[in-house]
Amino acid sequence: MLKKTALHDLHVQLGAKMGEFAGYDMPLYYGEGVIKEHEWVRSSCGLFDVSHMGQASLTGEGSLALVQKLTPSAFARLEENRTKYTVLLNEQGGIIDDLMITRTGDEEFHMVLNAGCKDKDLKWIESHVSGDVKLKYYDDWALLALQGQKAEEVLRDVLDIELKDMPYMSLWYQDYEMFISRLGYTGEDGFEIAVSNEDAPALAEKLLAHDAVKPIGLAARDSLRLEMGYALYGHDINAETSPVDANMTWLISKSAEGYFGYERVHKDLSEGVDRKLVGFKLIDRGVAREGAEIRDENDNVIGELTSGGHSPTMKASIAMGYVDTAFTKSGTKVFINVRGKNLEAAVNALPFIPAKTKSMKKNAA
Amino acid sequence: MAETKYTEDHEAVYVDGDVAWVGITKYAQEALGDLVFVELPEVGKALSKGDEFAVVESVKTAAEVYSPVDGEVVEANDNMPDDLELIAKDLADGGWIVKIKISDASQLDGLMDEAAYQDYLKTLD
Repeated sequence: MLKKTALHDLHVQLGAKMGEFAGYDMPLYYGEGVIKEHEWVRSSCGLFDVSHMGQASLTGEGSLALVQKLTPSAFARLEENRTKYTVLLNEQGGIIDDLMITRTGDEEFHMVLNAGCKDKDLKWIESHVSGDVKLKYYDDWALLALQGQKAEEVLRDVLDIELKDMPYMSLWYQDYEMFISRLGYTGEDGFEIAVSNEDAPALAEKLLAHDAVKPIGLAARDSLRLEMGYALYGHDINAETSPVDANMTWLISKSAEGYFGYERVHKDLSEGVDRKLVGFKLIDRGVAREGAEIRDENDNVIGELTSGGHSPTMKASIAMGYVDTAFTKSGTKVFINVRGKNLEAAVNALPFIPAKTKSMKKNAA
Repeated sequence: MAETKYTEDHEAVYVDGDVAWVGITKYAQEALGDLVFVELPEVGKALSKGDEFAVVESVKTAAEVYSPVDGEVVEANDNMPDDLELIAKDLADGGWIVKIKISDASQLDGLMDEAAYQDYLKTLD
């Protein structure tokens, strides 16, 4: 039996094509199709239901120390109401999940976990909770993502809140309980709004009533994130890949040590890794998808794609995959084997197109 | 004008003399969603009934298109990769992917007519 989010009835009412994702019956796309939805988010504003994702918090003395044990990132000096993208590592340095952690207080952290990982994440975290630390799972909360350059205007019009000066990756409260964070998975300016399951349908309908907003399904969410080179758990990263393999060294704090997987990460950083996750753009025509082999000019297999598809913005086939480190430089010519044919491709810097997220400095005032 | 016939794999076939014009049905198009590429065969390629001769790539997936008859590819629709909206047109109006010279016309007898295809679709949902 598939699980349903609080917005399930609304999706059906909107005519969504529904499909299974991580045990949930989710909207894949609505009437106009995936490419139109993708383009709408890039030009206006889209509303995504991402309530299948897990929301949890760690509170109490020792929470900071626990977060530092679970992730390779530095949180000690992170300001309140700021968010970091990071990864949970296992003892072997493999990625258990990638997640957003917002610091909501000195010893208070809010986490957003992948739908397909949340159960194992919570079990893993729970097994390391001790002392005064409390882990709380918000299973009665929905999560809406409002993404696109008009998102700020939409929230002003619909909720009468001004977010102009709200910095990237921050958090905000409104009359009824609601967390708003300026972040997302599309590369556009936008917000994720956590709200109770009870209030979620009314809020979604209010937002959708705005001319600039259309509902967007998971299929466009995937093509949007692929254009930004954002990793998808279970595809581009998994329990075997370290953050160094995944080319996420930027999230590893140089000063942090003693976290799970530290030895592997440290070794990968100092000795280098055999293969790394990079982007590819197809030069020949075709579509390169997950699982396709990457080959060199002599037809030697040098890697494999972990994501791939059509980019509506670039009108080209783009992909991500792990390839031998000798082939990771931007512009390197490689071949992607699609149904037995070698299609020419080039290593492409990530993101494929520039991010339009707002990187506001904190207000001086 | 010849009638359009259908296969169980959702190919649409229009027969013009000894040449079959082959595309995919509206049902297949809807199931595939937004198309992004069509991979065409070489002209002259010999096909047996059931051979894959083209691949239609959509945002979601890659779908093989199979030959409804034995024959030889005499023309591929070179306009289609650049104008994917062509596929939604009637076969005779630009919606064909390839034209196949038919070796054995009796194989056409196994194809469904419009009414039979519509009945067949009802069994799929």
